[in-house]
Amino acid sequence: MLKIRKSGLQTTVQDLGRTGFQKYGVIASGAMDPIAHRLANLLVGNEEQAATLEITLMGPVIEFAEDANIALCGGDLEPEIDGVAVKMWRMLTVAKGSTLTFGEPRIGARCYLAIAGGIDVPLVMGSRSTYLRAGIGGFQGRALEKGDLLAVGQMTPQQQKALQQNTENEFDWLVPPVRYFDEPVIRMMTGRQFDVFDADSKKRIFNEAFAVSSNSDRMGYRLEGPRLSLETPAELISEAVAFGSVQVPADGNPIVLLADRQTTGGYPKIGQAASVDLPLISQLKPGQQLRFKEISLANAQQRLIEQEQSIRELKAAIQLKWEEWT
Amino acid sequence: MNPSFSPLGDQAIVIELGNDINAHTEQLVRKVSALLESRQPEWMIEFIPAFVTVTVFYNPCVALYENVQMELAELLMHPGDDLAVEFSTVEIPVCYGGEFGPDLEFVAQHNGLTPREVIDIHTAGTYSVNMIGFAPGFPFLSGMSEQISAPRRDSPRLRIPERTVGIAGMQTGVYPIETPGGWQLIGRTPLRLFRPENEIPSLLRAGDKVIFREISEEDYHTWGGEDPDAENP
Repeated sequence: MLKIRKSGLQTTVQDLGRTGFQKYGVIASGAMDPIAHRLANLLVGNEEQAATLEITLMGPVIEFAEDANIALCGGDLEPEIDGVAVKMWRMLTVAKGSTLTFGEPRIGARCYLAIAGGIDVPLVMGSRSTYLRAGIGGFQGRALEKGDLLAVGQMTPQQQKALQQNTENEFDWLVPPVRYFDEPVIRMMTGRQFDVFDADSKKRIFNEAFAVSSNSDRMGYRLEGPRLSLETPAELISEAVAFGSVQVPADGNPIVLLADRQTTGGYPKIGQAASVDLPLISQLKPGQQLRFKEISLANAQQRLIEQEQSIRELKAAIQLKWEEWT
Repeated sequence: MNPSFSPLGDQAIVIELGNDINAHTEQLVRKVSALLESRQPEWMIEFIPAFVTVTVFYNPCVALYENVQMELAELLMHPGDDLAVEFSTVEIPVCYGGEFGPDLEFVAQHNGLTPREVIDIHTAGTYSVNMIGFAPGFPFLSGMSEQISAPRRDSPRLRIPERTVGIAGMQTGVYPIETPGGWQLIGRTPLRLFRPENEIPSLLRAGDKVIFREISEEDYHTWGGEDPDAENP
């Protein structure tokens, strides 16, 4: 059981999202930084899609009602257990009664807390992700609040054994942390409506920096920079959008659509961020800048396949470590 | 069928089935959706049908763009017989005006009608669900009479209660969940359009027909005491 002592800015239960219901207008949701979410789960011996807590910028205060093995991956929000700074990207054993707190967001915006057994909330449409606007999924369909009690799922025998042994020092082994950047270069494919933009906009999207506006959330990041405009105004027929679609409404400020995006949209899409670079966007804080660099579809798919390959290798390495420990 | 294909990033492909919204293109969208539903290619994750497109999300670790495009083109060329799709006509009971429809008067005045006439025209139409999007279970409906069209509000409301029926331009629709919005609100239905507990969480599906029926405030409230699903299995 986890007790929420303080809520923090926005902490929600997330997994890898709701699949198969977008045709009914149900958004995908899921972790904004799915790589950090998956690695955190793998480190504690969970399935990749187990539910974690997505902790945003100003973290909550969490008390552990039982001993637990946890991992923190993603943005560095200065996690401390009982006032002592703890390392991220590795498994940690937390004793019953301990309290997890966070400091200032140093690098990145979102930290994922995985716990052996996973956060136990009901599956809604096949997922444990919080769908804030519809008020469903996750913990009672909302962000966590002071006083909430979160149940932990059933551990595997191996996870139980690892916890009983409480051999914390042996876990001094970490996965290579994902590198987040203060001003990342995001690789982007040209979008389906790239050609309706004027020549100047087509150049500037790849040559200039854009800042993440304060009006940004899990649905999308509004970017501020050079205004983009169409060659001739065009009415677009609404169609599907995706995680990382860069659409441009009439005011000329692009919006990068993220985990809580609507299923369809009617604004022209100038580009589509490469999937491998999505975590770099999701970890940006308001005010930070990014740049776009063109990548071909074939290249973007190749990078994605390589990324999946390296996660498979890490998974195998973690499993070997687990066998050594237990 | 003469589809064109283009990528939506590195994990989706858009099948474009026409250039403008018309009955023929809509029919093709329904057919392609039914085909994908029945065949479930191994690389497919899910798909989103819209007005003139069907977007297929896929796993590039299983098949790259070129292969997905080739297989889809092949699939659409020989669609087989599994395309018969059945759609239902769904009756949506609405309590018009009053606190449920604060903009009914405005819609009437804007069109030089009485509120009664607006209700009669709204309930006389048969509407087609072109697409589900914007919000869970939200139907984009076509077929509304021009006689009751009305512009969006100058400043959108921050909270529109779920199940509110609205008009914007030539469109009418029902908000399935509470959301901000700029539509003119004319009534509310006791029916839930979004049913997250169901295997198919949307009351309506693209391709269905919708008719609106007027109910009294009393009916509205007694309806609320029953299982809405019992009336519309």
